[in-house]
Amino acid sequence: MSEKKRATPLLDQLESGPWPSFVKELKKTEETPVMQDFLGQLERSYEEHIGHWKHGGIVGVMGYGGGVIGRYSDLGEEFPNIAHFHTIRVNQPAGWFYTSDALRQICDIWEKHGSGVTNMHGSTGDIILLGTTTPELEPTFKELTDAGFDLGGSGSDMRTPSCCCGQARCEWACYDTMGACYDFTQSYQDELHRPAFPYKYKMKFAGCPNDCVASVARADMSFIGTWRDDIKVNQDEVRACAAKGTDIQKEVCDLCPTKCMKWDGTQLDIDNSNCVKCMHCINVMPKALRPGDDRGATIMIGAKAPIVGGALLSSVFIPFIKMEPPYEDIKELISRIWDLWAEYGKNRERVGEFIQRVGLGTFLEQIGLEPVPEMIAAPRSNPYIFFGGEIAEAE
Amino acid sequence: MSAASRVTDIGPPHYEKFLPPVIKRNYGKWLYHEILRPGVMVHVAESGDRLFTVRAATPRLLHISSIRDFAALADKYCAGHLRFTSRNNVEFLTEVEANIDPLVADLTKLGYPVGGTGNAISNVVHTQGWVHCHSAATDASGVVKAVMDELYPHFVNMDMPAKLRIAFACCLNMCGAVHCSDIAILGVHTRAPKIEHQNLPKMCEIPSVVASCPTGAIRPATVDGAQSVEIIEEQCMYCGNCFTVCPAIKINNAKTDGISIWVGGKVSNARTEPKFSKLAVPFLPNNPPRWPEVVEWVKKLVTLYATNARKHERMGEWIERIGWPKFFQLAEIQFTKYHIDDFRHAGETFKRSAQLRHG
Repeated sequence: MSEKKRATPLLDQLESGPWPSFVKELKKTEETPVMQDFLGQLERSYEEHIGHWKHGGIVGVMGYGGGVIGRYSDLGEEFPNIAHFHTIRVNQPAGWFYTSDALRQICDIWEKHGSGVTNMHGSTGDIILLGTTTPELEPTFKELTDAGFDLGGSGSDMRTPSCCCGQARCEWACYDTMGACYDFTQSYQDELHRPAFPYKYKMKFAGCPNDCVASVARADMSFIGTWRDDIKVNQDEVRACAAKGTDIQKEVCDLCPTKCMKWDGTQLDIDNSNCVKCMHCINVMPKALRPGDDRGATIMIGAKAPIVGGALLSSVFIPFIKMEPPYEDIKELISRIWDLWAEYGKNRERVGEFIQRVGLGTFLEQIGLEPVPEMIAAPRSNPYIFFGGEIAEAE
Repeated sequence: MSAASRVTDIGPPHYEKFLPPVIKRNYGKWLYHEILRPGVMVHVAESGDRLFTVRAATPRLLHISSIRDFAALADKYCAGHLRFTSRNNVEFLTEVEANIDPLVADLTKLGYPVGGTGNAISNVVHTQGWVHCHSAATDASGVVKAVMDELYPHFVNMDMPAKLRIAFACCLNMCGAVHCSDIAILGVHTRAPKIEHQNLPKMCEIPSVVASCPTGAIRPATVDGAQSVEIIEEQCMYCGNCFTVCPAIKINNAKTDGISIWVGGKVSNARTEPKFSKLAVPFLPNNPPRWPEVVEWVKKLVTLYATNARKHERMGEWIERIGWPKFFQLAEIQFTKYHIDDFRHAGETFKRSAQLRHG
């Protein structure tokens, strides 16, 4: 083919402006045949208002069922260099910490075997290597594993777990999110790489109720750090906040969801028995207030985006648990959930939808967990109770 | 290659290999943090050690040459240490306060703005769009670039009443926490998919296709002699789940795909419980390369929120305080039947009291 540069007048308009430009990123190796076709097809989408990627096919590396998303152009004859343009998901290090050397290693591998385009990072948390051909998959995988990296999840498997930076850099982390994320990821390598579930299963580890990894919205199992004892108060720092202009009454006490705080101008009193660990006061005065010392996590279950049966937030599953390695009690619970869901879940039914279909009460009974009132916002208001013949006959 | 030489299931590298010494020394022993200026934080440990973080926006879609630029900056200022955030920012980690200014200057020169902390509009969580997805109703990177070019001042300044989180998804699959964002921009299909009857029997399992429809709108049918399916169009809500299980059912439509805008979601537990984003603007046209209608609406909603919300009040908290009728009035959004939920559990969102403002 001729090496004449393709015109991309529409995309070119996205090179200007103060925000970083993805078009500039793509043009870093504009002259290569792959990038010429990549930009050319995208320009076509901008002209026609429609995408030109086909469904994923079954491609992958030997012995794995997940981690590679097959991607094919529907304009393969016109753009032959991106006719096959697969995605490789690489399991990110916990907390997305890197050294410059590790990043350069990944860049070198991807320069050799793929388009050079990445996402840092994908929505689930993986390093996304965007665009290569089927014959390059196995060599890329070999070099990635030589460098100490492995693939992430895709399809109906345990998806790559992710976590906030936790105790590495945050004073609010109520457990070691990175340690837990790494431990669970390593424990479930088979479930991560070989799809065998009804649908995807995501785990996200957030160190505190601010939930910086959006676990309550996105994870089938959300581990949200919390504490049981008293908020630690440094009264000198509270007064310092007030002196610097924070209106403690208005900005802290009045916004407390349970109104469990009192400020008399010199002293902040907290009725900790009524604190619901929302984090607002701590967020406003990070120097003055800290989570207590009896720390752990609330485990919630069942969040998902809309497809198929509508979006769900996670709901409380274990109100409080100490998060300590090797997390045996939690893993035992997970295996009971997976056994039940794998046997009775429908194709493409997330665990949250499964629970709605069979009922949370039945679900708890089946996995052997006692119902507790923390699991509900309110008890049932309809009288259609499935007694199931369990009420004993009167004498 | 022999199977024996092949390494599998090693999982990700252990994070400890990548942590700077100051973090290893103070892991789990951080005392407090301060935002020194937009995009620059200091975390102080019980030991008195200080860790400075400089946060810069990336376009998420990064070429390896940019990642190498980041690596070079990390070598120059941070002894090789950096991380990324859950919102596609890059963070440089250093113990040396004097490195902050030159690092910020270098990042700015490279075109990666420093900011996104505290009550700023942080970077946008987004999806692939036309760049690399089969079910996209719109592009992701293009809309985000156009929107953030306008909202840039709110990334580099902390001038919002509280955090304002914008997310973008290019179809109803919603990769990313779009459904719980202060402002969610969502690509939508608005027509029932078209079926390629000659391909369907070759490409798809009919029972799986029928079962994939959440409203039961798909049933088996023989069309022109081919074993295929038919779609009851009035029952279709354009979710695209059938397309996901069967490539012969085409959901993408150049003429009728577009963008909707949702408001008031959050994931944090601060003050109020986590909540979903709710529909504000049902449909805007795909108008590349800069989607002016979408940009205008997002700007308008941001301005409205910034002008009217109280300090610490997230978008959804502000709207709940003033009431949805007032929000629609202030935003000058025509309220339509599209705003009323009609999926499962729809009645939960109906107003079932006479507590109304009539002023």
